[in-house]
Order: sequence, then structure tokens, then C-alpha cells
Amino acid sequence: MVQYNFKRITVVPNGKEFVDIILSRTQRQTPTVVHKGYKINRLRQFYMRKVKYTQTNFHAKLSAIIDEFPRLEQIHPFYGDLLHVLYNKDHYKLALGQVNTARNLISKISKDYVKLLKYGDSLYRCKCLKVAALGRMCTVLKRITPSLAYLEQIRQHMARLPSIDPNTRTVLICGYPNVGKSSFMNKVTRADVDVQPYAFTTKSLFVGHTDYKYLRYQVIDTPGILDRPFEDRNIIEMCSITALAHLRAAVLFFLDISGSCGYTIAQQAALFHSIKSLFMNKPLVIVCNKTDLMPMENISEEDRKLIEEMKSEAMKTAMGASEEQVLLKMSTLTDEGVMSVKNAACERLLDQRVEAKMKSKKINDHLNRFHVAIPKPRDSIERLPCIPQVVLEAKAKEAAAMEKRKTEKDLEEENGGAGVYSASLKKNYILQHDEWKEDIMPEILDGHNVADFIDPDILQRLAELEREEGIREAGVEEADMEMDIEKLSDEQLKQLSEIRKKKAILIKNHRLKKTVAQNRSTVPRKFDKDKKYTTKRMGRELSAMGLDPSSAMDRARSKSRGRKRDRSEDAGNDAMDVDDEQQSNKKQRVRSKSRAMSISRSQSRPPAHEVVPGEGFKDSTQKLSAIKISNKSHKKRDKNARRGEADRVIPTLRPKHLFSGKRGKGKTDRR
Amino acid sequence: MRLEKCWFCSSTIYPGHGIQFVRNDAKIFRFCRSKCHKNFKMKRNPRKVKWTKAFRAAHGKDMTKDTTFEFEKKRNRPERYDRNVTENTLMAIKKIAKIRTAREAKHIENRLKPNKQKKLNDDMKELDQNIHMVQAPGAQKIKVDVSEKKSVQNEAMEE
Repeated sequence: MVQYNFKRITVVPNGKEFVDIILSRTQRQTPTVVHKGYKINRLRQFYMRKVKYTQTNFHAKLSAIIDEFPRLEQIHPFYGDLLHVLYNKDHYKLALGQVNTARNLISKISKDYVKLLKYGDSLYRCKCLKVAALGRMCTVLKRITPSLAYLEQIRQHMARLPSIDPNTRTVLICGYPNVGKSSFMNKVTRADVDVQPYAFTTKSLFVGHTDYKYLRYQVIDTPGILDRPFEDRNIIEMCSITALAHLRAAVLFFLDISGSCGYTIAQQAALFHSIKSLFMNKPLVIVCNKTDLMPMENISEEDRKLIEEMKSEAMKTAMGASEEQVLLKMSTLTDEGVMSVKNAACERLLDQRVEAKMKSKKINDHLNRFHVAIPKPRDSIERLPCIPQVVLEAKAKEAAAMEKRKTEKDLEEENGGAGVYSASLKKNYILQHDEWKEDIMPEILDGHNVADFIDPDILQRLAELEREEGIREAGVEEADMEMDIEKLSDEQLKQLSEIRKKKAILIKNHRLKKTVAQNRSTVPRKFDKDKKYTTKRMGRELSAMGLDPSSAMDRARSKSRGRKRDRSEDAGNDAMDVDDEQQSNKKQRVRSKSRAMSISRSQSRPPAHEVVPGEGFKDSTQKLSAIKISNKSHKKRDKNARRGEADRVIPTLRPKHLFSGKRGKGKTDRR
Repeated sequence: MRLEKCWFCSSTIYPGHGIQFVRNDAKIFRFCRSKCHKNFKMKRNPRKVKWTKAFRAAHGKDMTKDTTFEFEKKRNRPERYDRNVTENTLMAIKKIAKIRTAREAKHIENRLKPNKQKKLNDDMKELDQNIHMVQAPGAQKIKVDVSEKKSVQNEAMEE
């Protein structure tokens, strides 16, 4: 079946755009680089290709236009006439004809120039020929610019035509302007047609769809028709006429019995009679509208007569329909009778179509496929289905059980509803004893997962383990008896720890000396700088070693010198100095000082003036004067904050990081 | 709710503790604390890190093979609850744990046995070689005169 969809037609570009499209495509799709030095054959080919390509493009585009626009003779006569009414068949055909001519002309031009190009003898000549060819093609196209513009307008209009299917079930609404055709349409279908209280609100055909008996009906709303000669009718009316003439549809002729549309019933009856030839062979329904303004009973005798006349006319084509289905009353304002009108129209249309189908040849094929079997009873005995008693009982039981079962939802409702009741899953557990269901089992015990230990024969295994353990323990005891390692006695342990302590001290002292020695002047041991070597200590150590120190101590004392002359101060500071000797020293020191010692200092660091052996001073006065001289020497420098002895720096002459490895492109003093 | 084992140090992870990492092949790594997690991120091998259970097991420090270990096994099939079995199991767990700790202690003791003899020998040797540091050769073990003298002095003072 042909689909009448005019929305698919491609856009027709106007003359200038058309030329632009074609030429730019030629430019894009064909080679563009050419040189004088190429062989002449190649040059000719190059330009011939351009000309030919342009021509084929023109041809394709123009052919598309010619093919896509419908041929008025080949489409359904309804559309053919409608297009003629709307756009004028002659003009339409002329435009398409011009396009066709242009297409042929362009082909011819291309052929001519290709022939000429075969004899082009230089690049320049060939190029000129190509330019001329394209120029002429464009000129041809420019001449049909008005036709193209016209076709584009038509295309746009056609795209907006309602998609009427001329072959389907159709209900057509016609009548004088302003009699309520569109109102009915809005009531019956889902279409939204503009309704206004003036004539010719509807200026073109409108389509809506409605359902009746599960079938889809297409409802067409037509513009109003005036009663005047055919030639005088304008385009809007002609649309209605075309639809009436060509669509095999149920026709609803609307009659405004109140006369509020501005036309009397007589005028409307005249229209009916003038177009009644269009109603031939179609189910016709005369609809008396606007009964809310003027009831049917109130109309005058003459008008009633006219209506009767129309009715009898309509009955001629009724084909066995009752009077009620031909003349109907309704009011679109109050919705009174609207549905009955629709139903009557649809019913009659359906009847007619079924009848037409039954008459056609095809019906036999369809009827062959149907068979409805109606078995005949062989006697009058009634044979009921036989169900055994057991089955019935079982079924009843099942049904009872089904009814009785309480669902979780019921429970929820009983126990306070959603949010209050919380369903317990425990009751659905399948366990050996029902009282186990509520048991709470520890999941974790002493850092173990209980689930990992669960085992039906755990007791057996445990017993075995315990037996094994007993054997092991017995074995262990025996082994312990055998293996008894001797140990060190307490005294030995004590000695060992003492040895270790002494060793540790020795090591420590050695290390102390080792690290510090670098910065200190080495003082001979005989000076006993730290006052370590005393007789007392010797005695203590010797006795600790288990020796009698008395003889050694006596000897040390006897060796020490006696009193010295007063003035020599430190000469008597021997390694094995003893108490009273030290006292005498102190006395001397006090005497030699100019002033008394006022501050008591810690013994760890000797006062500045005290001479420490190894420093190289004769006595404290000498040391003091040396200190004074040294202080004076840098006094000036300190005041001026100048660089002094302490600020002396020996910089690294060749820093490793600047003189090793590869050099980049940066500076030599930064890496 | 389950107690899991730390992937790195194999310690027990109680619910709500530690962190876990799920790799894109769906393997789960659980860690008991950030220390283990960090060590994992540093790609350390738990068998080579001294403080982990894996190291101790690999180097024979801990008991690895024992019948007590066979009681605790992860079951991938759920067992239907049975009150009697559960009661027995709960009782058994304690006993098993006791036996296990005893065996573990014994294991360590056995492991350290040869060490003891060696240590004794070393000590004896050291004592032998260095006795002169605390005791002069041929010295009597008597309280020395100095203290006696002192005591005499003290007595005199007291007098």
C-alpha cells in the first residue's frame, strides 16, 4: 500500500545554493593539483573529470527532486485533486518539467565540452574549457531558480498536510460554515481543532482518530461549504469538495437547525441538494446540530418539510438502514446525542464496507480459512465430569490449609504494624528439637571461632588427645630426670658478674680516652691529672683483690718526700701525695695569693688562675699575666667586631660535588 | 561475626579492629594494625620479618605440627545447630587450649636445651681466664686488714 507521507521530501535548495553545493563538491572531491609539465593526456583527463563530475552531481540532485515530488497521475486521485486545488496542477507540472529540461541540458553541455577537451592542447586551454563548461551549467540552473523556489514552497506546504489515508475507514464531516463541525470533531476525537464563533475558522482539512468496536476510524474535519456554483468556489471550499468526491467515507452532513450560524435551514437544504451527487454510494447521516438553542419540535412547518425531503433523499442511499440512523439530533454544547451520531456513522460505514468485501472475489479465500465446530448432542443424557471423593476431600483440605495459614504480614498487623513488629527468622529454623531454636550460641571463645571447632565426634577426639597428652607428660618427666645440667655455684656467678663489670669499665675508659685524645694534650701518667692514683685507692683495690695492702701502702708513704721549702709550690705534687702534704700545699697557695678566694667552685674544673700540670706555666702569676695579655690583644678587635682568630676559615678548595660527574648545560658553580 | 587472622603477623583480629585491603583479583588482605598494613605496603615478606608468626613457624621457633591444631579448622559448609554438640565443643575448646599451651612451652624449652650447655661452657671458660681481675692469684679469701683497721678505729672513736 502506498504511504502518503510528504514529509520525507528532501529540501530543494534555491538556485544560488544549488550552484554552491555542486561546485564546492567538485572542488572537494576531485584532484586539485595540476602542473604545466604534466603530459597533455593527464591534463585533459584532469579537467574532463571535473566537468563530468559536476555534471553527474547536477544530474543526481535534479533527478532526486523529480523523483521525490509525487506525480499527480500516479497518486490517489484524492491527493491528486487536493494538490491540484492547492497548487495548481499546470504550474506544478511546468516546474518539474523545467527541472527535467535543465537536467538534460546540463548533460548535453557536459558531453559537448568533454568532446572539446579531448582536443585541448595546453593546460590553459583545458582550464578555459572547463571554466566555460561549468559556467554554462550554472547558467542553466540559474534560469530555473523561480521553479526551484516554487517547488521548495510546495514542499514545505505539503509537509504540513494532514496524513490522510484514503483507503481506511473514514468519517467525513461537512456542512455550512459555523454549524459545529469542528466542535463535534473535538468531542469525538483527541484532535484539538480551533473552534471560533465565526465562519471559516477551519481553512483546511484536519484529521483525528476515534475508536468504535475496537476499530480505528479516521475522522476528517472539512472547511465549510457555501452554496454557489462550482466555478466560484474558493480553495478552502474546494478542499472539502475534493475530500467528499474522492474518499469512500461515511458522510455526516451537519445542519444547524437554530440558524445561529447565519444561514437558514432552507439555504442549507439547497446546499445539500446541490452537492448530493457527491454522496452517492456513501452512508450519509444528516445531523441536526444545536438542539440546545432550538429543540427539534419548535422548528417551523416549512423547515420540517425541507428536512424530511433531505431525509428521504438520504434514505435512497441508505441501503437498508433505519430512519434513526439517517437523521439524528445532537448538541455539541451539552454533549447530547454526540455519541449516538458517532456510533450511527461508524456502524453504517462498517456495514457498508463489510458488504463491499463480501461481494468481492477475495472473500472466498478468507472464508475457507474459518471453521467453527458445533458438536451435536447424540442423546439427551447429561454427562457431568466425574471426580472421586478422595480427590474432592484432598482439595477441600488444601483449600482450608491455604486459608488458615498465617502469613508474616498478618502477624505484623496483629502485633502493632510495620515499624513495631520485627519478624523473627528463628522460628523457621529446622532443628532437631524445637526448644533449641531460641538458643544463643557464643561465636567467639578465648580468641577462637567456635564455629571452627564444631564437630559431632569432638568428645572422642578430645579423649584421644588427652590420652596422648598423658603419655607425653610421663615421657617428659623421665627425660627431665635424665637431663640435669650442672650449674655454676652462686659464688662463681658473683665472680663472673664482677669480672664482666670490670671489663665493661675498662672498655669504657679506654673508649673515653680514645675519642677525646685528639683534642687534648697528652699528659703523662705521672702527673695524675685526675687525681686517680691515691694510696687510699690502691689499698682499697688491693684488698678487693684479696691481698693485704698494708705493706704496699707503707712503702708508698715512706717513698713520698717530706716537707719542702716554702716558696716552691707545686714541686711536691707527687703522684703518691698524701693528705697532710696536700694541706700544706693549700696553705702555701693561700699565702701566695693577693686576695682571698671568695667563691667556692666545683672541683671538677679548676679556677682559671690555678696551674694545671701540662699547661706550661711556671706558676699562677705567670698564667694570670698570660691571660691578661691574651685578653688585651683582642680587645680592640672585639670592640670593632672585626675578624679575629676564631673567624679563620679554610674553605674547601675543590668541593667534590662540583668537580665530579658529568656537566650539564648549566653553570659550573652550581650543580 | 568471625575472628580473622592478620595477613602479615597472623595475630587474631577482633571485630571492629584493623583494616582490610581487597585487591582487584578479589583477594582479601586483613591487617591487625597499621604496623602490619605499612609493612605490607612496603612489600615486605612476612616470612623474613622476625616478629611475625610466619617467620617463627618457618624457622622452627614455634610449634607447627601438632594434633591440637587439627581441631580448629575453617569449615566452608554451614553445620546445622545442635545443642549437645555445641556444649561439648565449648567444653573441649578450653581443654584443647590448655594442652596446646603446655605443648608449645615444652617445644620452646626443648629448642633451647642445647644452648644451656654451651652457655655453661662459655661461662666456665670466661671465669677461668679472667679470675685474676677479681682475685689475685694465691690470695686468701679473708676480709682484708683495711676494714679491720677501720673497725678498730671506729671502736676507738666510739670509746
